[in-house]
Amino acid sequence: MKTDDLVNLLAADTLPVQRRAARRRLALALVAGLPLAAAIMLLDYGVRRDIAQAMLLPMFWMKLLFPALLGAAAFVVLQRLARPGVRVGASWLGIALPVLLLWLMAAMALANAPQETRAALVMGQTWRTCSASIAWISLPLFIATFVALRHLAPTRPALAGACAGAMAGGAGAAVYALHCPELQAPFLAVWYVLGIAIPVLAGALIGPRLLRW
Amino acid sequence: MRMRVETDAETELRALFLRGLDGDAMAYRAFLLRLGGHLRAFLARRLFGWPDDVEDLVQECLLAMHNHRHTYQPEQPLTAWAHAIARHKLIDLLRSKSVREALHDPLEDEAALFAVSETDAGDARRDLDGLLETLPDKQREPIRCVKLLGLSVAETAQRTGLSESAVKVGIHRGLKALAARVRTVK
Repeated sequence: MKTDDLVNLLAADTLPVQRRAARRRLALALVAGLPLAAAIMLLDYGVRRDIAQAMLLPMFWMKLLFPALLGAAAFVVLQRLARPGVRVGASWLGIALPVLLLWLMAAMALANAPQETRAALVMGQTWRTCSASIAWISLPLFIATFVALRHLAPTRPALAGACAGAMAGGAGAAVYALHCPELQAPFLAVWYVLGIAIPVLAGALIGPRLLRW
Repeated sequence: MRMRVETDAETELRALFLRGLDGDAMAYRAFLLRLGGHLRAFLARRLFGWPDDVEDLVQECLLAMHNHRHTYQPEQPLTAWAHAIARHKLIDLLRSKSVREALHDPLEDEAALFAVSETDAGDARRDLDGLLETLPDKQREPIRCVKLLGLSVAETAQRTGLSESAVKVGIHRGLKALAARVRTVK
């Protein structure tokens, strides 16, 4: 085919173009994925029974806010990664900062705790299941985000995949926090971060395969 | 002087592109023709070992830019967006030839894309027409009418018995499917 013919053909495709498509598609992925993530949490785990009392504790809100902020920052980075030629710049910090802040809080909590209680602060009662549960609840968000990304144009697929995992993992962990009985920063610093790291790693691995265009 | 030419190209191309995004097919066609010229010169300079691949890659870039034009936002320089896509496609091709390290010209300079233009199209080697034939009827027929017979959407609708919106959707989906087929035959 001659290039001029191709140009004529392309110019004949006059369907209207969606404005701010990256933002919209990724927001749609959140809107579609969050109810499913909530459904998994409600059916497989259930909201913690003492949620009304727990809501009075600052740590409950920390636990919700940390992954939610991380997920929101990942959204901002991802809608840049999804558009060719857009630099990510300093918005990476938005993903790193909540984690660093949490680690700092955990380090301070551990430093102030007596030696013999430190292990309990890290392990809590649910360390065996926490990370896997977060990854499981994140799965619908992860899939929805990848579907959205496949309609966009990430030129760094491993990075975009990892960032999609961070967005899904952050949102998923925030949903899981409504069930989770733990209230210690050292616990969150290990098992929540690990739970979010699972979709991040998965995204980095499958991004180059699934996000080709 | 060169800088001046580049800024002009950016301004003019961007204006045409934005009008195209608003549905002005004439402006969009003019944009694609000029963009093709820039891509041809840009890619030829970086593919001098494989001159036969240049026109295929120009077409692949045009198709990719068209299919992903919704990822452009007006606050971004057009050359940055177009360059990133051209670079992505070029690296893809070089990787498939596993000679990425043989690339002499650095690929980082965005402005380099609109700095040069070459309007003499070489021959494309890839059989895009053959790939078009493999599309489902609802996509192939509208595309064939528009491309081969030069019909308008309204005329195509009359001829094929499809509604005008079905013709538009057929062309739109056909171009996406075509890009997917280009990827798999590479």
